[in-house]
Amino acid sequence: MKAPYDEMHAAAQEVRRQYRVYERWLERQPPETMRSRRDEAEMIFRRVGITFAVYGAKDEEGAGTERLIPFDLIPRVIPGDEWASMEAGLRQRVTALNRFIHDVYHDQEILKAGIVPTEQVLKNSQFRPEMMGVAVPGNVYAHISGIDIVRAGNADGSGSYYVLEDNLRVPSGVSYMLENRKMMMRLFPELFSMHRVAPVAHYPDLLLETLRAVAPAGVNEPTVVVLTPGMYNSAYFEHTFLAQQMGIELVEGQDLFVKDGFVYMRTTQGPKRVDVVYRRVDDDFLDPLAFRADSTLGCEGLLDVYRAGNITLANAIGTGIADDKSIYPYVPKMIDFYHGEKPILHNVPTYLCRDAEDLKYVLAHMAELVIKEVHGAGGYGMLVGPAASRGEIEEFRAVLQARPDNYIAQPTLSLSTCPTFVESGVAPRHIDLRPFVLSGKEVQMVPGGLTRVALKQGSLVVNSSQGGGTKDTWVLED
Amino acid sequence: MLSRTADHLFWMARYMERAENTARMLDVNYQTSLLPQSADMSEQGWRGLLSISELTGSYAQRFKEVSAMHVMEFMVLDEKNPSSILSCLRAARENARAVRGALTTEVWETQNQTWLEFNRLLREGAFDRDPGTFFEWVKFRSHLSRGVTVGTMLQDEALHFLRIGTFLERADNTARLLDVKFHALAGEYFGAGNVKESQEVDFYHWSAILRSVSGFEVYRKVYRNVIRPERVAELLILRPDMPRSLAACMNEVVANLELVANQGSSETLRRAGRLRSDLQYGRIDEILATGLHAYLTQFLDRVGDLGVGISRDFLVPMAA
Repeated sequence: MKAPYDEMHAAAQEVRRQYRVYERWLERQPPETMRSRRDEAEMIFRRVGITFAVYGAKDEEGAGTERLIPFDLIPRVIPGDEWASMEAGLRQRVTALNRFIHDVYHDQEILKAGIVPTEQVLKNSQFRPEMMGVAVPGNVYAHISGIDIVRAGNADGSGSYYVLEDNLRVPSGVSYMLENRKMMMRLFPELFSMHRVAPVAHYPDLLLETLRAVAPAGVNEPTVVVLTPGMYNSAYFEHTFLAQQMGIELVEGQDLFVKDGFVYMRTTQGPKRVDVVYRRVDDDFLDPLAFRADSTLGCEGLLDVYRAGNITLANAIGTGIADDKSIYPYVPKMIDFYHGEKPILHNVPTYLCRDAEDLKYVLAHMAELVIKEVHGAGGYGMLVGPAASRGEIEEFRAVLQARPDNYIAQPTLSLSTCPTFVESGVAPRHIDLRPFVLSGKEVQMVPGGLTRVALKQGSLVVNSSQGGGTKDTWVLED
Repeated sequence: MLSRTADHLFWMARYMERAENTARMLDVNYQTSLLPQSADMSEQGWRGLLSISELTGSYAQRFKEVSAMHVMEFMVLDEKNPSSILSCLRAARENARAVRGALTTEVWETQNQTWLEFNRLLREGAFDRDPGTFFEWVKFRSHLSRGVTVGTMLQDEALHFLRIGTFLERADNTARLLDVKFHALAGEYFGAGNVKESQEVDFYHWSAILRSVSGFEVYRKVYRNVIRPERVAELLILRPDMPRSLAACMNEVVANLELVANQGSSETLRRAGRLRSDLQYGRIDEILATGLHAYLTQFLDRVGDLGVGISRDFLVPMAA
């Protein structure tokens, strides 16, 4: 098997252009310095409390369920021209996805045209019939999108970016993007005088602007809040961080109530009306009267207020229909259908196991493919063929045959690697990238995104719940 | 501000203050226990401490005998004891974490650091090695927490609710501290007979109480006289310039309550104001005539009632 595309080295002795200055600097750093910087970073993250919660885990100190996400000292660097084309591709893709969601909940032109199979949409568990005909401000549904992108090596040694998946419900990780940059500037200020790194710190401003722009019609000074499931949620740090950075209230379901067609929050000075909710709670838990009755995380009657147009939810209810893995293969066609353009960002070729032909191929090639659950997330419920034992493959085969419509399969991409500071020194580890795209009055994003890294040698799983870490992501301004 | 946010701030401050006062109370008992005295007397001191913290029952479920070692362990490390220093520091930090967005970075990091450091000190055996220094550490973390709050936070509702929490808790704790001590050793002055003159023992006990509220030098400065129990009581109950006195605490509670008043809070404000005036216009000889224990018991009830009112009017109402 040939070595995967490395972000820093084109060949053993050849450093790619965006890393030339950095690589010379890195060579001069004694390992002890790097190690002590890493310890410093860990100490600061712990003191600041930048942690994520692991469900059901408890450590021996009783400090409960909080873990640090390992932070790697070596940045992932993207040349400015590559970013410019990626940005254009993201803009194109996210606007098409928003058009698609609007279409699905209104005239369903794309279904009538036979571009996306009707039953695949209407019978999908992510399709929310409650949303049919509901008008949302600016026709925007996915206000905050996290698009997962990987780079894979081609036979000629070059690399291409692929979209691995779209996250249009409650994508997380942006706080790590911001904190990682802060940390790098603190640990290695000199690097920032040697490079022109595009800043990212204005993300909360863009987010607030986006949220304010989609307030219900007629509200001039909207009250915007962040809705969190609470402090035991794995992304709780991010919820508090974003609320604080935007200077808005962080509310829980118990703080909200509905009265006379509007949503209010309980304050020390009595009820206060809420206009826009950046909700970090899944659809299912938003309103016990409409969705899961046992949810204590939402607000009774919220859906009615929403359908009446008296509150904006970001993201909208029902966006899951567009980021479902069974819909993913049709995104390039959506771009053509709504924009009349060729997709700038590629999809990974995908086999739909619900399709008899595709299933036959997948069953015959399980050892080469990555097979994923259609609604799965967090790297669970998947089979990485090349890394699986024969037993595991056979076990999975039974699962797959029992419910083929629940799975898709993709060729194993050789994800690009980036040098990473691990116990044994600097070594290549696989990475991905999640840029955050904001859609309000216009589409905006900060350069780069969150780079996740699989810290285990050879591993392709970058999820923080499974031993992944993160890196600062630099887009170089030319 | 969200009622829930105000609630977390209020309790964050209360738990931090409680941790400090538990440390103070344990410290004074520990220091007293180092004085030459009968085993009975020492045991009585620890018993009094448990009873005034309303923990006699739950202590008895864990330990048969009342001894310095066990009581200290119970009050410092016991996870099941909600008033132990461990429980208080954990609760303060959990409350802070729930509303870290409403706190300045310095305030949050102080709370977080206190909890992390506390666990480290315990792991390293700092408490077993030297309880006195350990209690001192807890006090200083509380000083730091209060200082960073006043020194960095915007003077808005968030700060007012923190202050209300601090001073309501302190009023409660000072009253308890006074009660336990008068209860345990002042029978001869304010109740039962048994008049055994022992100036020396008295001096050490009363000065220990004063030290526990950082009031020894203050006493000297205010009275320029020998230490007498009735003056100690006056200092800790009525002097508005003594920062841990009941009067000073109630002044702060009332001042901050007035700043956050809303349409439904007039009854709570009235009760708080009335409690303050009783202290403002009260006299120590009257109080001692009614009986100090009875007076303090009533005071604690009124403070408890005030806490319920504040929760109902502004915060998340307490479960019945």
